[in-house]
Amino acid sequence: MTQTAEAPVAPPPRADERIGRKSPLARMLARPEAGAIAGAIVIYIFFFIIAPPFRNASSFSSVLYVTSTYGLMATPVALLMIGGEFDLSAGVAVTSASLTASLFSYEFTTNAWVGVLVALAVALFIGFLNGWIVVKTGIPSFLVTLGTFFMLQGLNIALTQTITNQVSSPDIATLQGFNSARQVFSASWTIGGVNIRTSVVYWIVFVIIATWILLRTYIGNWIFSVGGNAPAARAVGVPVGRMKIGLFMAVGFMAWFTGMHTLFLFNTIQSGQGIGNEFVYIIAAVVGGCLLTGGYGSAVGAAIGALIFGMVNQGIVYAGWNPDWFQFFVGALLLGAILLNTYIRRRAEASI
Amino acid sequence: MFRSRRRAIAIALLMVLPLVLAACSATGGKKAAEAAAGGGTAVAAGHANTPHYTIAMITHAAPGDTFWDIIRHGATAAAAKDNITLKYSNDRDPTKQSQLITDAINSKVDGIAVTDPNPGALCPTIQKAKAAGIPVVMFNAGYSNYQACGGMEYFGQDEAIAGVAAGKRLAAAGKKSVLCVLQDQGQAQLEARCAGVKQGLGSEGTMSKLYVKGTDSAAVLSSLSAELTRNKSVDAVITLGAQFALIAIQSLNQAHSTAKLYTFDTSAAEIAKIKSGQVQWAVDQQPFLQGYEAVDSLWLYLTNANVLGGGQVVLTGPSFVDASNVNQVAKYAEAGNR
Repeated sequence: MTQTAEAPVAPPPRADERIGRKSPLARMLARPEAGAIAGAIVIYIFFFIIAPPFRNASSFSSVLYVTSTYGLMATPVALLMIGGEFDLSAGVAVTSASLTASLFSYEFTTNAWVGVLVALAVALFIGFLNGWIVVKTGIPSFLVTLGTFFMLQGLNIALTQTITNQVSSPDIATLQGFNSARQVFSASWTIGGVNIRTSVVYWIVFVIIATWILLRTYIGNWIFSVGGNAPAARAVGVPVGRMKIGLFMAVGFMAWFTGMHTLFLFNTIQSGQGIGNEFVYIIAAVVGGCLLTGGYGSAVGAAIGALIFGMVNQGIVYAGWNPDWFQFFVGALLLGAILLNTYIRRRAEASI
Repeated sequence: MFRSRRRAIAIALLMVLPLVLAACSATGGKKAAEAAAGGGTAVAAGHANTPHYTIAMITHAAPGDTFWDIIRHGATAAAAKDNITLKYSNDRDPTKQSQLITDAINSKVDGIAVTDPNPGALCPTIQKAKAAGIPVVMFNAGYSNYQACGGMEYFGQDEAIAGVAAGKRLAAAGKKSVLCVLQDQGQAQLEARCAGVKQGLGSEGTMSKLYVKGTDSAAVLSSLSAELTRNKSVDAVITLGAQFALIAIQSLNQAHSTAKLYTFDTSAAEIAKIKSGQVQWAVDQQPFLQGYEAVDSLWLYLTNANVLGGGQVVLTGPSFVDASNVNQVAKYAEAGNR
């Protein structure tokens, strides 16, 4: 029996909490979206018990659909919030994008796709302008985008009124290219009696892309550093200004995408639409664990936050509660989800 | 580096240009609409040679709402005919609407046309206009107490009467379970419509209500299909605004519901759906007429001291747009006047 050299006795592990291994559960609970996931599960079980129609697959696909319309926008809004900025113009920018596409292709009788591309340029420009003003002037984005929120709202109505002499955009369903655009942006399939819209698929894809960017690329690191401590980020060479402008343009891009979905689903757009949705996006991001102060959060969290909002909205209808109380219940359930979220995060932080 | 980037952009633009030029649509769009309409479609009736007046119209319209747009078209048409400058303003919030009325009084307009959805908040201000010697006509909202508020005339429909008429017609069609879709919460007019529908149905059927978020089409679509999935007995859906009927068509499909669709108020796109049979009928309160008469009656009063209807309510509705008259109405709807 050969005696191998005795392995040096490892010193008793001196726990350094930064490199020490944590239990998988503790690590999971420490993720930004942990509380939101718990909240989503509780709300799902809640409606599963009290609202029989909620149990059907087709009802849940309807929940997923309404979630996707909020979730698409909540994703870049969450990135922007991690980067330390707000965009209050995000809700009406969606309407601006769909109005641009609709009015351009109708007025010039072009292929619907031309309007789609023009709208993309306009939406990106809106994002760029928001970001550029914020970066150049140093005025808080809350104020800058509040300004553009009102301006876009006015432009939506005034330009539609000036161009068409009506307040809704004309029906573009007969334009060439409309059907192919509808296939791309707002198609739906029925699988086993369950209606699935493409927006749900796109939403999931975009959440995966955003998560990948945040966690696996240097751009993701930059976003966290820009939102966490901009001067420090600048000091180590992160292009803070360009990052912020890029994030605002990401919101613009998704406003375009969501706007195209709405346009090709409904054919016409009311120019007063979209007001108030900016708060839903921000709520989804915050419920999902984004900090209002920036530097912390996740794209998956925003998706779960949107899901909570979607489940509450649809669940109350499925439950058949007195409609007069609708808004109260929405608020109460959201507040409950946020409280649970905060409680779990505190516990997780305490246990580390 | 910079130069080559610029060149790249220029090349990209050059490549896109022929794409745009070649991308004209052979179907639909404005060209098709113009070809079909054959030019001018606006309602016009010459130009009066009476003295020039300024009239303020103050409504509780939501921004970007098709229905109010039609009212405004009517008011503009009358103003153009009557040699009147129309100052239009609107705010959904009663206290702000009240402020707009005060602004009109202070700028000493020759007449005021106003809607009154909230008598408690607006009546005192409207009475001030009368006290300042400015003639006031009311329209669209304020049916029950326009005279007490100082209104000289009233043009509109009684929402309860309109609701009852719709309810009776639904009962006659054999509908047992009617879903009334409200796009806003806490609006007396919308509630009155649903209550009227319930009254009109009588013992023939039941009425249930659904509140939806009117400023978000996707939310309206989803809430309504959720309700139709939950309550399978619904055999009639009645929306309280034309644009919501358009969304409801998709909700019915999504929920695989066989319920029939009805609506209050009209728009060009919705009238096309009545033509195609996807919407059964619309309760029409003739918003164009409300806006037109409100301005025109002030002109008659200012130039000839006439009072239309002898000061009694002049009803503009309810009438119905259905398969029997939709072809006649459709061409005016295209111009945004019905």
